[in-house]
Amino acid sequence: MKYLDEYRDAGLARKFAREIHRITTRPWTIMEVCGGQTHAIVKFGIDELLPPRITLIHGPGCPVCVTPVEVIDKALEIAALPNVIFTSFGDMLRVPGSTTDLLSIKAAGHDVRVVYSPLDAIKIAVQNPTKNVVFFGVGFETTAPTTALAVFRAAQLGLNNFSMLISHVLVPPAIEALMSSPNCRVQAFLAAGHVCTVMGFEEYDPLAKKYHVPIVVTGFEPLDILHGILMTVTQLESGRAEVENQYTRSVRREGNQHAQDMLRKVFQTVPRKWRGLGEIPQSGLGLSDVYEMFDAEKKFRLATLPVEEPKECISGLILQGLKKPCDCPAFGTVCTPEHPLGATMVSSEGACAAYYRYRRVTTAEIANIK
Amino acid sequence: MCLAIPGKIESISGDDPLSRMGRVNFGGIIKEASLAFVPHAKIGDYVVVHVGFALNTLDEEEAHKVFDYLKGMEDLAALKESSP
Repeated sequence: MKYLDEYRDAGLARKFAREIHRITTRPWTIMEVCGGQTHAIVKFGIDELLPPRITLIHGPGCPVCVTPVEVIDKALEIAALPNVIFTSFGDMLRVPGSTTDLLSIKAAGHDVRVVYSPLDAIKIAVQNPTKNVVFFGVGFETTAPTTALAVFRAAQLGLNNFSMLISHVLVPPAIEALMSSPNCRVQAFLAAGHVCTVMGFEEYDPLAKKYHVPIVVTGFEPLDILHGILMTVTQLESGRAEVENQYTRSVRREGNQHAQDMLRKVFQTVPRKWRGLGEIPQSGLGLSDVYEMFDAEKKFRLATLPVEEPKECISGLILQGLKKPCDCPAFGTVCTPEHPLGATMVSSEGACAAYYRYRRVTTAEIANIK
Repeated sequence: MCLAIPGKIESISGDDPLSRMGRVNFGGIIKEASLAFVPHAKIGDYVVVHVGFALNTLDEEEAHKVFDYLKGMEDLAALKESSP
């Protein structure tokens, strides 16, 4: 068992698909929350294996996509300051702010570095005591414990040249916001397997009950996703709305208590603005008062400036599942992964970039769609 | 961004639970990962690793369930075909 290739068997995938065809009697709309699942669905063509009556809509679970422009602008402002080493996961570097992106700041000669882990940023801070080292802390509950541990370590080491620009977001408040919207078409959710590896899935029970939606915690490989969809459709067809766990090899009901302890130590829940969705109450994590000396926004005294997003970009509607990437007049023409207008085209987990990269649609076909 | 990859722990260094590191083998590529959140993890365990951190150990018995389910589905189909 290598926990990877076994879950990509085409023959077994077809068996799941046949079973989904067999049990589906009505149209159903299912949202996969996580961008990693969107990427896998489009890459492996999983949506094309499903009955036409099942619509998958791609949710807001891409942290790169939902980080508001204001926060990107703050990152750009800090990165351009003298004596700063700005560190970030690679996928944030090409996200457009209101005027430029981190890659262009780097190209202009500023010290912007891609790191694999938040702990690498700590190492850089230790090695460069005369520089201010800032880490861009974005991501969902999966990533938040790792940045929390980095802050905790920085405090242990007494690193006063380290700080973090934080824009962590939480999944359950976003599901709540989507479900309470009058435009909501979602009838069931595939919940994000790695978020639940950390958090468990008890907090989804009240959501399933309140909105009468099945929520199935699902993994990321093709067989996982198809199995998750089968479990979801089985619930929908029988009128059940429960939280079930497909990704049992990684997810336990209570999640990872050690990671959650670290989250509670370092962070507190805060209101957070999501790109495309607006502000959602208690949907983010920010540093607790004890650790506020590591807050880059406070350290560099940044003011929030109002920003405008490109008018032709419909990423907000895409993040809510109201439009598909091909519905956008800019898709594949003025908006491409090389020159993205909005965040869903930047990250490979964004719905637009996934469609652009993997959908075998020609430019002529795109023109016809329009 | 929540990408996490399964790999096998080859060796472990450090005693302090928060700074314990493992050398994790991802199909031949070996990388260091923090074991801070998996104090129970031991050499030979498979862990799912995200941005240099093991988020959990993988449960082998549970991992077979997808295949057991598929097998059950086949058996059921065969049963239906053979019944009049």
